Amino acid sequence: MGERASPEAIANIRKELNADEGIFAQYRGYVMLLLRGEFGRSYYTNRKVLDDLMSKFPHTLLLAVSAMLISVPAGIALGFISSIRRGSAIDRSISSLSVVGLSLPVFWSGLLIMLFFSLKLKMLPPSGTGDVRFLVMPALTLSLPAIATLARVSRTTLVDLFGMPYVRTARAKGVAEWKVRLNHVLRNALIPLVTVVGLDFGSYLNGAVLTETIFGWDGIGRFAMEGIIKRDYPVIMGCIIVGTVVYVLINLLVDILYHYLDPRVRLYSSHD
Amino acid sequence: MIKVTLSVLVVIFLASIFAPILTPYGPDDINLDQLRHSPDMHHPLGTDNKGRDILSRVLYGGRISLSVAVVAAVISMGIGLIVGLVSGYAGGKMDTAIMLVVDLVLAFPSLLLAIGISVILPPGIYTVMIAIASVGWASFARLIRGYVLQCREAPFIEAARVIGCGNIRILFVHLLPQCMPLTLVMGGLKLAGYILTEASLSFLGLGAQPPTPSWGSMISANRIFIMSAPWMVIFPGLAIAVTSLCFNMLGDALRDKYGLKLTG
Repeated sequence: MGERASPEAIANIRKELNADEGIFAQYRGYVMLLLRGEFGRSYYTNRKVLDDLMSKFPHTLLLAVSAMLISVPAGIALGFISSIRRGSAIDRSISSLSVVGLSLPVFWSGLLIMLFFSLKLKMLPPSGTGDVRFLVMPALTLSLPAIATLARVSRTTLVDLFGMPYVRTARAKGVAEWKVRLNHVLRNALIPLVTVVGLDFGSYLNGAVLTETIFGWDGIGRFAMEGIIKRDYPVIMGCIIVGTVVYVLINLLVDILYHYLDPRVRLYSSHD
Repeated sequence: MIKVTLSVLVVIFLASIFAPILTPYGPDDINLDQLRHSPDMHHPLGTDNKGRDILSRVLYGGRISLSVAVVAAVISMGIGLIVGLVSGYAGGKMDTAIMLVVDLVLAFPSLLLAIGISVILPPGIYTVMIAIASVGWASFARLIRGYVLQCREAPFIEAARVIGCGNIRILFVHLLPQCMPLTLVMGGLKLAGYILTEASLSFLGLGAQPPTPSWGSMISANRIFIMSAPWMVIFPGLAIAVTSLCFNMLGDALRDKYGLKLTG
């Protein structure tokens, strides 16, 4: 609008935004908009927020899933190695590294990764959206804290399981050690680990805002960041709502998945 | 290990508190002759694109970052303690209702919720404190409530009731001190996260406004110079990482020492 907007133009915009109505009427208007499956229009581009969200969401999903594909095997493998070599130098260094991994701010580790791969090695393009070359660094950055969390949790879980009587039974009856480790212990550890991976999805979403911004990855996170800078409220609201809905859906999915991984877990208690 | 971590933390806190004495330059002193100067004798951590001394800014930034995180932790602990105590002690419908709210808060991705709150309120350090605390109290409340449920039937509470203590007295004189160690350990662990959240919000431009330095906003402002002047980004980030690492290690050590199980 600018400072020299004419009174009519201001009146028009106020009318468009329903700014003259009471706050509850405005809120009702927004909820009605949501119920119609809309998020309104951006103040700046005047494009429908929903359209932008739809076109950007696949990018964020791709990034989050790639990060998971790195962090889940890496995290569980590290935790597994720690647990079978408990107390050794390897175990201690993995444990210390995972605390470090938890403590690094992703936007900083991302910049360091960028400095290393793009500037020192000149291997990857520093930022942008596109093929695998653009995906590697943001996915790696996003996976670091998740690897650390998973390594810690899987170590604790696996160490507990290795102490269980059924593991001793298996060993006593002469099951090969690698079979005990893989079939008896690792398999049983998967159930709690699925929860951790699922619950940790929130941190992927949190991290996506920062990671996408740094690497110029055209997803919802960067969209939210641009909205924040420009105080583009429909955009910010849209991003937060979509992020939250996705997060809640993932949690629901984890609960359902639980049932398939461990039939002992019932979704409804027996007296319902 | 605890001693090492603690001493590093003490050094970080002291350096931030005494920043005006320790630094020869002010955090906002612009020196146009020394733009983006790499680290040397005069500027141990270099200067930024306006010729400001990075070391001074990191130390002054520590005041913002640490105080925001600590205040947010204290608010979260306070609210979480009271809500958890009441919820666990009252039980019944009250407990169910309160836990519903707690679950609701915990169901949000925390940074997104904090972003939402800091967008509504005007940007600044108080907003960040409020944003962090309004998400943070829930995990304290859940932890304390669980603990109160265990304590509620303990003989010492029964004894207190027998000698005629009222509910308020039992809550605040008998139960509250029992919950303190657990709360403080959890607070130590959470501080690491709050340091990171504060940094993230500042990085997103929702925290301390320029020219006031904070670790997150320094990285945000300087990140375009990452290729030509990496020290402008590396050192503030190092400050965040080391501080957060120390709190994490301290929290882990305390947890192991007291054999506490912290979930939620």
